[in-house]
Amino acid sequence: MMASEALTDALTGGFADAPTEAARAFRAAMNAMAFPGRIQPITGGQGPAPLSPAAATLLLTLCDPETPLYLAGAHDTQAVRDWVTFHTGAPLAGASEAMFAVGSWEALQPVSAFAIGTSEYPDRSATLIVESAALEQAGSTLTGPGIKETAAFSLPEPDVFAANAARFPLGWDAYFTCGDRLAALPRSTKVS
Amino acid sequence: MTTQTAEAGQSAYNFAYLDEQTKRMIRRAILKGLAVPGYQVPFASREMPMPYGWGTGGVQVSAATLTPEDCFKVIDQGADDTTNAVSIRKFFERTAQVETTTRTGEATVIQTRHRIPEEPLREDQVLVYQVPIPEPLRFLEPSEVETRKMHALEEYGLMHVKLYEDIARHGAISTAYAYPVKVEGRYVMDPSPIPKFDNPKLEMAAIQLFGAGREQRIYALPPYTQVVSLDFEDHPFDPSKAEHPCDLCGAEDSYLDEVITDDAGSRMFVCSDTDYCLARRDAGHEGAQGARA
Repeated sequence: MMASEALTDALTGGFADAPTEAARAFRAAMNAMAFPGRIQPITGGQGPAPLSPAAATLLLTLCDPETPLYLAGAHDTQAVRDWVTFHTGAPLAGASEAMFAVGSWEALQPVSAFAIGTSEYPDRSATLIVESAALEQAGSTLTGPGIKETAAFSLPEPDVFAANAARFPLGWDAYFTCGDRLAALPRSTKVS
Repeated sequence: MTTQTAEAGQSAYNFAYLDEQTKRMIRRAILKGLAVPGYQVPFASREMPMPYGWGTGGVQVSAATLTPEDCFKVIDQGADDTTNAVSIRKFFERTAQVETTTRTGEATVIQTRHRIPEEPLREDQVLVYQVPIPEPLRFLEPSEVETRKMHALEEYGLMHVKLYEDIARHGAISTAYAYPVKVEGRYVMDPSPIPKFDNPKLEMAAIQLFGAGREQRIYALPPYTQVVSLDFEDHPFDPSKAEHPCDLCGAEDSYLDEVITDDAGSRMFVCSDTDYCLARRDAGHEGAQGARA
């Protein structure tokens, strides 16, 4: 009984109509990356706890057998592993090999383990999906590409993000997810 | 055939033509491109049902970006009614069933070949460029291994030498299109072969995505990204245009095409942006030869 329930959980929660829902979810993800710190709604996917709908939708939209995925801390459960494997086929990997990583900010530590790309290929870097308790348009001051003058966003450890931006064009990029909303902070954003 | 199924509301194609795995790969490249503005992200460009050189890079980026709710516009050198623009617009009408328009203000995704619309774009719009040669250093250094190193080391002296040699030979920088720019003080980027008149518009509110199909590169500019045209203190960048108002709508601020009208050397200057010109004429503006029959 338990086994079949778990199995059913793993099989549900994908996109009902993958081409159109993935397109809408990607536009939300693209707008988030293009306007750092701006909170966007994103829906379509539903994964097992503790995966938020926003993080689940991002995984469905961006992950496939070509993208090693790191499940950090409380997100590394059998239910999440089964769900991710069934819906995306992404191979599970350690932090240093991962193209995508999902977990709370604490669970993702040390972030120095993630790929930051090379000077010739800065795109070969990880994207962190930081599951957050809240997203707020307040806190650290952001400047840089995608921001007209300044933006404000609630970052967990501003110093770490400032240091990540300081080594531009190297660095990882981060999404912040909470419920069915997300925001992003690419490495190009200066934090103060 | 496919036309009939499309008319019946059902397409034989996946939404926006490309398969989902291809779109995910392109989408990941777009996101990394936005995170590192001006850097050319390699991607596994696909065969498209049109030849290289007809906008396959732009079409793939548009396919990965479009949603069913989008309103799509395609321009070729500013015009909505040229072969390339018409066929790409029809392609997405058929494969993505998106609404299309020729009006810049109504469009949410605009695919362009070699122009930026005259009407300023908004934050809720996406501009997709078709790019033939994405590497600004390619004609100076044919080796990809070398140009990649030059970008990594920020070694752009060669580009300045090229612009300097222009001045030494012609008295001015003679590059009139695909004029190189520096993005956020880091990467030198080819803005695609837009006239240098359009370079100041590269700092805009809309998201700009660049797709090069044959060369397999995607790059991007987030809104409000700093984009500076390369120049020298004593030879500042000059976004020149023909010294003439549009002969149809009288606009003095738009980029003009020179049209030869007979064998006797008569010519007229008209807006390259057909929608801009038409909207102005509809609003009552009239140029020297703009009287409507």
